Amino acid sequence: MSTATGATASDAPVAPATTQGERGIGRRAPGWVIVARKEFSDHLRSVRFPILLIVLGLSAVVPLYFAADAIRSVASQISDPRAIFLALFVLPPSDVPIPPVYGFVGIVAPLLGVAFSFDAINSERSDGTLPRLLSQPIHRDDVITGKFVAGLATIMLVLVSVVLVISGFGIARLGIVPTFGEIERVVVWLLLTIVWVSLWLAFGLLLSVVFRRAATAALAGFGIWLLFQIFGQLLVGLIARVVAPYATAATAQEALSLKALSDTITRFVPLTLYQEGSRVLLNPSETTVSTPATVGQLAQYQQQIPTLLSLDQSLALVMPHVVALVALSAVCFAIAFVVFMRQEVRA
Amino acid sequence: MTAPVLPRSSDERAGEASAADPSGPPIRTRELTKAYGDLVAVDSLDLEVQAGEIFGLLGQNGAGKTTTILMLLGLTEPTFGEARVVGLDPARRPLEVKGRVGYLPDAVGFYGSMTGRENLRYTARLNGIPRDEAARRIDEVLDLVTLSERADTRTDTYSRGMLQRLGIADALVKGPDVLILDEPTTSIDPIGVVEVLDLLRVLAHERGIAILLSSHLLNQVQSTCDRIGIFAAGRLIGTGTVNELATQFGFSLTDLEVTLDVATEQAAAVQAILRGVPGVLDVARDGHAGHEPTWALTTDPEHDVYATTRAVIEALSAYPLVRIGQHRVALESIYRRAVERGVADDGTVIP
Repeated sequence: MSTATGATASDAPVAPATTQGERGIGRRAPGWVIVARKEFSDHLRSVRFPILLIVLGLSAVVPLYFAADAIRSVASQISDPRAIFLALFVLPPSDVPIPPVYGFVGIVAPLLGVAFSFDAINSERSDGTLPRLLSQPIHRDDVITGKFVAGLATIMLVLVSVVLVISGFGIARLGIVPTFGEIERVVVWLLLTIVWVSLWLAFGLLLSVVFRRAATAALAGFGIWLLFQIFGQLLVGLIARVVAPYATAATAQEALSLKALSDTITRFVPLTLYQEGSRVLLNPSETTVSTPATVGQLAQYQQQIPTLLSLDQSLALVMPHVVALVALSAVCFAIAFVVFMRQEVRA
Repeated sequence: MTAPVLPRSSDERAGEASAADPSGPPIRTRELTKAYGDLVAVDSLDLEVQAGEIFGLLGQNGAGKTTTILMLLGLTEPTFGEARVVGLDPARRPLEVKGRVGYLPDAVGFYGSMTGRENLRYTARLNGIPRDEAARRIDEVLDLVTLSERADTRTDTYSRGMLQRLGIADALVKGPDVLILDEPTTSIDPIGVVEVLDLLRVLAHERGIAILLSSHLLNQVQSTCDRIGIFAAGRLIGTGTVNELATQFGFSLTDLEVTLDVATEQAAAVQAILRGVPGVLDVARDGHAGHEPTWALTTDPEHDVYATTRAVIEALSAYPLVRIGQHRVALESIYRRAVERGVADDGTVIP
């Protein structure tokens, strides 16, 4: 290296750029990749990782354990190739009031997303590592992007493993072999789940940028999660009932439009978006995202010849949900990004 | 260890520095200004640090030292004026500047769950240094700051002083042309401080690195820095060597200091003799209680200071002379005077 730099010293005008090249600045991995790699290995070694394993593992094992009998009996009854493999993910346990796998993931994923990002930036600040990190030849956005990617990669690693374990359980214990179409649907559902986790990761990042103390950020994050989880649907349901009381509507026409409005209001809770999306994606016989509003609709719904939607038809059905979730995540990340870029390096 | 400390020797480094920017010094600012709303943190700063020079920034907290440093690294954009670091504008080309400037932040921190070596390895990766090269450099810099033995323990077991030393190693891993150190010796023990300051002198004087350090420890700044800049309220109110600053702020460099091993009763007699020596304008007793009596002699600048010194020695031939020499102006006195009268009420700098 020393001889090479000695050589560049003679061609003076372009020397600074050449010197940078000599040092490998041009050839090395992008800054965010280096940051992400370090954060990822930190995550794997942290206490959070076993917790993530346990929480996500339980959210798969518990519903599956209780639903296994139901799935087996359903599987033995039907002869046509209904998507029985997907029942592993969507069939709720018959005798215990707990949600199916996708419902559990919907509840738990936000918690994990926040848990893996609430201290991303503020801990660097309080540990005094931020100025040192930012004085290295990387862009400031590399730091926040790298941390986001690392958190997402960690959660997805575990989530994919859990899905594989569920599938393995289905194949080995229940003798359910997935068709190609079913695998496709699970993969698309995983993509939707990535978006869902991203939303909460980005939200946690935002908190870590805004709150200087990690404890405050964690508290705020879990508080808001709890708010959405418990009171969100309650509150939105209440608002919907006041604004759009479709049950007491005078005419059927009115009832239908009020029901549509009510559905729209409930979709202001991101969890609803994710769960409706998951339900449709994992269940090809699901032909609508809304529940029937009138008795007539219900009857019509029940009289439908059971059909299986193709994946693109299901996707078309939930596309607005997916777009809304992607937009929400993007907005969260963008705010975190902008605030971080404008912050002073100093504490 | 006798192996070369940094990747390149001083000759090659000097050649490269001149290649990078043949026209200018490694650090140069012109009217560099940073304002936060109405508050002017750094006001029209003109600063130059040459290769192989240690420049000390002196100033109270909030005087604008750290803001200046952040602007030099491209971590904060100046409101007005320009900076050139290794010939580049840090605001426009921050990555290239940061690739060639080692920075030790104030109260530096490391990832506690990683060892010292792992922390440095991360820095090396961020600088795009290949693995083998990085391992070699890390060994060298750890040895430089005498942390080799603890390199493989987690940094959350390190003392504050060890973290500070690791911080210096961290700044050196990239093989910088410029070192910027914010309070490099705080919380290092006295022996460690001497080692660190010796190291800085070697880096600057033998390897040609330009070093800018900020400190409030005046003794260290005085003993280590080639030039000093005094910062007050965002302005540089004086730059130069200690002697230049002393002259600038009205201290005489020709004053003498005499110490005699005499009893206190004889002091009055001695004082009378000293007053009679030609060239001596004023005599003041400034020894502390319990020490040998010492007098500060204000001399006539018109007289040859050596002649005056000889005259004093002859006049005191009857007394046991312990020490005589130039009255050393402590940086502390200069600094105090500079800050006190440096900036008048209307904000103008008094020369």
